Amino acid sequence: MPTKIEKDAISGQMTTGHEWDGLKELDTPMPRWWLWTFYATVVFALAWVVIYPAIPVSGLTGLSGWTARGALPAEIAAERARIEPMLARLREATPGEIAADPEMRAFALAGGRGAFNNTCAGCHGAGGQGALGFPSLADDDWLFGGKLDEIQHTIRHGVRAGESDDQRGIAMPAFLSTGMLNAAQVNDTAEYVLSLTGRATNAEAAGRGEALFSENCASCHGERGEGNRDMGAPRLNDRIWLFGGDKAAIMRTIAYSRAGVMPSWQGRLDPAVVNMLTLYVHSLGGGE
Amino acid sequence: MLKKFTHGTIERNVILLSVLTLITVSIGGLAQIVPLFTVESTIERVQGVRPYTPLELMGRNIYVREGCYACHSQMVRPFRDENERYGHYSLAAESMYDRPFQWGSKRTGPDLARVGGRYSDDWQAAHLRAPRDLVPDTVMPAYAFLDRPLDYSGIEAHLRAQRALGVPYTEEMVANARADLEAQARPDADASGFSSRYARARQAAFDGNPQRVTEMDALVAYLQMLGTLVDFRDVTPEQLRQQ
Repeated sequence: MPTKIEKDAISGQMTTGHEWDGLKELDTPMPRWWLWTFYATVVFALAWVVIYPAIPVSGLTGLSGWTARGALPAEIAAERARIEPMLARLREATPGEIAADPEMRAFALAGGRGAFNNTCAGCHGAGGQGALGFPSLADDDWLFGGKLDEIQHTIRHGVRAGESDDQRGIAMPAFLSTGMLNAAQVNDTAEYVLSLTGRATNAEAAGRGEALFSENCASCHGERGEGNRDMGAPRLNDRIWLFGGDKAAIMRTIAYSRAGVMPSWQGRLDPAVVNMLTLYVHSLGGGE
Repeated sequence: MLKKFTHGTIERNVILLSVLTLITVSIGGLAQIVPLFTVESTIERVQGVRPYTPLELMGRNIYVREGCYACHSQMVRPFRDENERYGHYSLAAESMYDRPFQWGSKRTGPDLARVGGRYSDDWQAAHLRAPRDLVPDTVMPAYAFLDRPLDYSGIEAHLRAQRALGVPYTEEMVANARADLEAQARPDADASGFSSRYARARQAAFDGNPQRVTEMDALVAYLQMLGTLVDFRDVTPEQLRQQ
C-alpha cells in the first residue's frame, strides 16, 4: 500500500511511496545525460524523416531527393572510372601478353582471385582443388588443355553449356541404357579400364574388355586411355578420376555416362574479367 | 495540467490507458499497412516476370518448408559491393508473385535472389545432398532426403489458391498444372504447351534422373530460375523508377 512520500535519508532522493515489508522504493529520475541523449535521437529522427526517404508517399520522400537506387549508378561509375584504364588494357590484350607484362599480370592475378572466389569456387573449390564431379584446376590433368588460350576458351564457352560452336558440347554415350553394351560387357570394359592403371580385379574379364574398349572407347579416350583434349575425353591411364575411380564408379560411368556442365561466361563477364580469370586459373598450379 | 498527466494518472485510469495504448499500437500498424497502398507505384514496370511454373512453385514450398530463408536472403540491396557480387539489385517486380515473399534478413549463407543459372543442375543437386563434398567449410546441413517422390496431388488447388491471392494463373494453367509439372521434370517430354504457358521456363532432369519427379527436382528447378526472369540488358533507368 502507498505510504507517505518522503525523502530518503541516505541517498537524498524522494521515495515513490510504495512499501513492501519495510522495503521502500526510491523515485530516482533518469540521469540527465541519458534523457537529453534520448531527446536528441528524437530530433535526429524527425530531421531524418524530413531530409531522407521515410514515408512511401509521393511528395513526402525527403527534401534531399536522395535514394539508395539513385546514388548507386554514380558510385559504380566512379569505381569503374578508377579501374577502367587497366580493364581496357586487359580487355585488349591476349592472355599471353598479360602474362608477359608484370604490371598487367599483377593486376590480373589480384582481380582474378576475387572473380574466381565469386564465380568459380562454388564448383572448383576456393583453391581450385575441385570436388567429385568438378575438375581440379590445381593439378596438371586437364580435360580441355591447360595453356592460357585453352583456359580462356573454356571460360568463354563453358562445357556442354548449350553452345553449338565447338567440341565442348560432346557427351559420352550411356552404353548400357542405349543398349550398346550389355551388363556383362560393361563389367568387362570396366575391368580393362582398371587394368590401365594396374588395378584389374579379374584379368580374364579385363582381357575380354580390351576389344570392347578398342571398339567403343578408344576413338575418344585413345587406344591406351591417354585421353583426348580436343573433345575433353579424360585420361584413363592415370590415377586422377573426375567421377570416382573405383570399379563401381567406372561401371556407372560406362553404363549411364557422365556429362559435367560448366556455364559459358562469355557475355556474362567482362572480357577483361575473363582474361583475369584465365591468368589466375593458370597460376593455381597446373598451368602449361 | 501537465503536472497531472503522469504515469500515476495513466496507470490509475483504465479507459485512458486503453485509448493511449490503442493510439501507440496504431502508429506501428500504420507504418506496416500504409506502404501496401503504394504497391502500384512501387512495382517497377519491367518485362519478363511470370508466375512460377507448377514445379517451381512446389520447389518454393520446399524452400519455405525447410526454412531456407532462415539462412538465405533473397534480396540484393542497392549497394555497390552487393551488385558486384550478386548482380543487379532486386526489384519489387521480381517478387510480386511471391506469396509470401522470401526477402529474409539473415545471411548465414549467401543471398539467393540471383542464384539461378549460376551453377549447373548437377552442382545444385550434389550440393543439396552433401554440401561439404563441394564446399568443405560450409555449415549448411545436408538435404539428401529430398531425393524422394514429390507429392503434387493438390497442385491444381494450389494454383487456384495463388490465383485467389492475386497471382495471374489462367484457367488453362490450372487445368494443365499436373501435366506441366511432369513435363518440366522430364527433358524428353513434349513441352510445347508448357513452354507457351510459361516463358523462359527450362525443362530438365534437375535431380539427374528423368524417370521420376522428386522434391529435389522441384527445389532445383526453383533455385535455377531465381532472378533470371528480368533481362536487365533491356531495362531502362526509366523503368526502374518507383512512382
